[in-house]
Amino acid sequence: MNIMSLTAVELSKKIKAGEVTAVDAVKAALEQIKRVDGEFNCYVTVDEESALKKAEEVQKKIETGELAGPLAGVPAAVKDNMCTEGMLTTCSSKILYNFKPAYTAEAVLNLEKAGAVVIGKTNMDEFAMGSTTETSFFGPTRNPWNAEHVPGGSSGGSCAAVALEECAFALGSDTGGSIRQPSSFCGVTGIKPTYGTVSRYGLVAYGSSLDQIGPVAKDVTDCAAVLEAIASYDPKDSTSVKRESYDFTSALTEDVRGLRIGIPKDYFGKGLDTEVKESILKAAKLLEEKGAVVEEFDLSLVEYAIPAYYIIASAEASSNLARFDGVKYGYRTGTYTGLHNMYKKSRSEGFGPEVKRRIMLGSFVLSSGYYDAYYLKALKTKALIKQAFDRAFAEYDVILAPASPTTAPKLGESLGDPIQMYLGDIYTISVNLAGLPGITVPCGADSRGLPIGMQLIGDCFQENKIIRAAYTFEQSRIYERCPAAKAQDRKQERSDGR
Amino acid sequence: MSKQYETVIGLEVHVELATKTKIFCSCSTEFGGAPNTHTCPVCTGMPGSLPVLNKQAVEYAAAVGLATNCKINQRCKFDRKNYFYPDNPQNYQISQLYQPICRDGYVEIDTSAGPKKIGIHEIHMEEDAGKLIHDEWEDCSLVDFNRSGVPLIEIVSEPDMRNADEVIAYLDKLRLIIQYLGASDCKLQEGSMRADVNLSVRETGAEKFGTRTEMKNLNSFKAIARAIEGERERQIELLEMGRQVIQETRRWDDNKEASYTMRSKEDAQDYRYFPEPDLTPIIISDEWLAAIKARQPELRTQKLIRYKKDFDLPDYDAEIITSAKRMADIFEEATAVCGRPKKVSNWLMVETMRLMKEYGMEADDLRFSPENLAKLIQLTEAGTINSSVAKEVFEKIFLEDIDPLQYVEKHGLKTVNDEGALREAVEQVLADNPQSVEDYHNGKEKAIGFLVGQTMKAMKGKADPGMVNQILKELL
Repeated sequence: MNIMSLTAVELSKKIKAGEVTAVDAVKAALEQIKRVDGEFNCYVTVDEESALKKAEEVQKKIETGELAGPLAGVPAAVKDNMCTEGMLTTCSSKILYNFKPAYTAEAVLNLEKAGAVVIGKTNMDEFAMGSTTETSFFGPTRNPWNAEHVPGGSSGGSCAAVALEECAFALGSDTGGSIRQPSSFCGVTGIKPTYGTVSRYGLVAYGSSLDQIGPVAKDVTDCAAVLEAIASYDPKDSTSVKRESYDFTSALTEDVRGLRIGIPKDYFGKGLDTEVKESILKAAKLLEEKGAVVEEFDLSLVEYAIPAYYIIASAEASSNLARFDGVKYGYRTGTYTGLHNMYKKSRSEGFGPEVKRRIMLGSFVLSSGYYDAYYLKALKTKALIKQAFDRAFAEYDVILAPASPTTAPKLGESLGDPIQMYLGDIYTISVNLAGLPGITVPCGADSRGLPIGMQLIGDCFQENKIIRAAYTFEQSRIYERCPAAKAQDRKQERSDGR
Repeated sequence: MSKQYETVIGLEVHVELATKTKIFCSCSTEFGGAPNTHTCPVCTGMPGSLPVLNKQAVEYAAAVGLATNCKINQRCKFDRKNYFYPDNPQNYQISQLYQPICRDGYVEIDTSAGPKKIGIHEIHMEEDAGKLIHDEWEDCSLVDFNRSGVPLIEIVSEPDMRNADEVIAYLDKLRLIIQYLGASDCKLQEGSMRADVNLSVRETGAEKFGTRTEMKNLNSFKAIARAIEGERERQIELLEMGRQVIQETRRWDDNKEASYTMRSKEDAQDYRYFPEPDLTPIIISDEWLAAIKARQPELRTQKLIRYKKDFDLPDYDAEIITSAKRMADIFEEATAVCGRPKKVSNWLMVETMRLMKEYGMEADDLRFSPENLAKLIQLTEAGTINSSVAKEVFEKIFLEDIDPLQYVEKHGLKTVNDEGALREAVEQVLADNPQSVEDYHNGKEKAIGFLVGQTMKAMKGKADPGMVNQILKELL
């Protein structure tokens, strides 16, 4: 049996039944990391010693019955922008290359309470700025299906690690599509919850009003279980919302009869790859066959989402990233003359080009004389986009869309033309601007074998509708494992002596 | 100087609020802890930390707004003010620009020309910065974040003041109001109240304001008065020479009694203000506002009237006692116990003030319990101790807050009323001082004073002087 080919929920059942231990599971994950991570670079940090120690503690608690949930004993990976006490938290940036936080992020604490074992921190675009995981100071992560391609981003490390079976599931963060787009590129499932559902306390902020932590896993069931574990009302996060219900797993039912699904016509025009389009529409057809009512509609304002997003996110980022100045922690330049020179050199040397570009963009749009024309206008656009979604959700339960206009591009193709890269966020960005939940589920592959993901978007706090639709869709598909993960089975079989 | 000039002054006053914890985290605001002991991830700006608003800060800010006749913005917001400095751990300060909590108020001050309203443009909340300590020896700078995140309000006045007297009267009024509210102790020297002075001059009768400068680092009322005078003269001199006043921020050096340019308008930073995304808007509901209003304590003006009416205090006493909240509190509490308002007032105005002066203390430094003062008054009233013993005991109360009854008993200070004992003492004194007795009999009336003194001395001050006098006359 290959432990790592199991879903988190399957694995925890076997651990509970005594067929495997939490320590076995963590060891299996660590071994898989050793085998494949050299090529794919999903992890920035792997903490073997502490993972094994924790696994032993968790195993004891499972045996005493203290831990019985669906994540107990399961090895998990966490995106490197979530604080983990005493464990490096770099945001894949040189400026935090040596930073060990004094506290653990609330979402990660919740995960640990549920008995999951954090084995390491995953690679990402520097400070979550990027769509390819190529802007990482620690080098790019590679696509599990084809190492010549990018895994998407910014949670590329988390999504690739799940596909490569280097963990049972992972946490990512999504500011403009950073969970949903790489999930699509890597052939895994990921949820961006309603803004305010998962505490941001301990998540190193990029765009504070847009950032949300969410699960990445092999299937919808795992995602629902992980979301249920990490979601909580947190008084330490003023934007945290006290939800009526934190039950997401009861939505795991195969039933879309009468569910009204809207397909925004504006999302299926110019720029959308034909193979992606066909695959998405085929998925829509399948849901219709299962009883959903599928209709096309005009969402409108789609072309304004990208400029509004890049103004708001960059403005917030320019301020959020001001604290990285070489004074208190992280990278400080070697030689300097005076305070301002130290700031300037530390930041110039510590940040990569994409981060600098967004800090400059954000500083510009907030400058006196420009604030009204850019930032204020972007906030108004954001409000209008929310209204457009409100109108849509008066008609539909779920909006069905692609997660990205294309499948994963080749390494090195995207960064040369940032505008083109930003345009790739078209289907995911509005969801963040409106604070909505979205899920990506694999729905096919292109002719080169690169995965395609379908995105289902719900109204605020309606995660259960998209989970139900995604789960129903998933029942008619078999989870496709990436070649590098499958190759592992053969080795496993040989070592099992079969 | 041929022309007549008018000075136009507006103030920006920062006040540290007296909350127990900081404005965005639960760290203590207590003064004087070892460096960086009152800190956490939030007030040291650690990555991933988030602010949570302290409600008490909102209540204090609103209370000050209400007491200064402001409109309370029932939906206000925080903004980020972006600038780099090592005492500011996030490199932005959470403040209020677009929608401050209070607007359009005023306070009334007394001037030589009668009462005058000084307008308040706005009051906003913000967080304090940490403190930089420059280590000359090691040639490095250290940061202490204990003050980082202490809640402040900034009270921005209209340019309604015309001279230093009005400025001092305005500051005094603000300080008293805020102290009465318990929203701050308002100590200029310790920095819990800080004032920046915006000043310009114009020819008397001119409609347009002149170019203003902003002056910082004013640590006492005296420094403020001197700085205003100095800056007024500097600006007039420039204008008289046909030169222009440059809009700039200046730093006052009170030792040299001169100000220096800190930064000009051209160097002014672009703070790139924008709404703080980590905090939701503050909604002050009608109910909440009503509750804050209901809790507003009695302010000085009301107290003055009540003291005269209810306690029959003379104007002079009432003025002095209400001039500090602490003094008024002691007065009310002691009076409630002993029921002798005028006696309490006398102890406060004479002995308390004398000792405060002697020890260089402010009313806020008074630590004795009003109850002990009340007990002391009861002891004197009952004749248990005489007035000179009472003074001695009061000094003990003032310094160590002792219980007067216990103290008097322990040290045997009760007035001796035992006629037998007194008579014995007087007989001894007469025997020891035959010359004085003779003088008395020869018509020197004064000699009896000496004999009384000798008897009191023999009784260690505890005798009832009236009785001593009586017995002496009898025996002589």
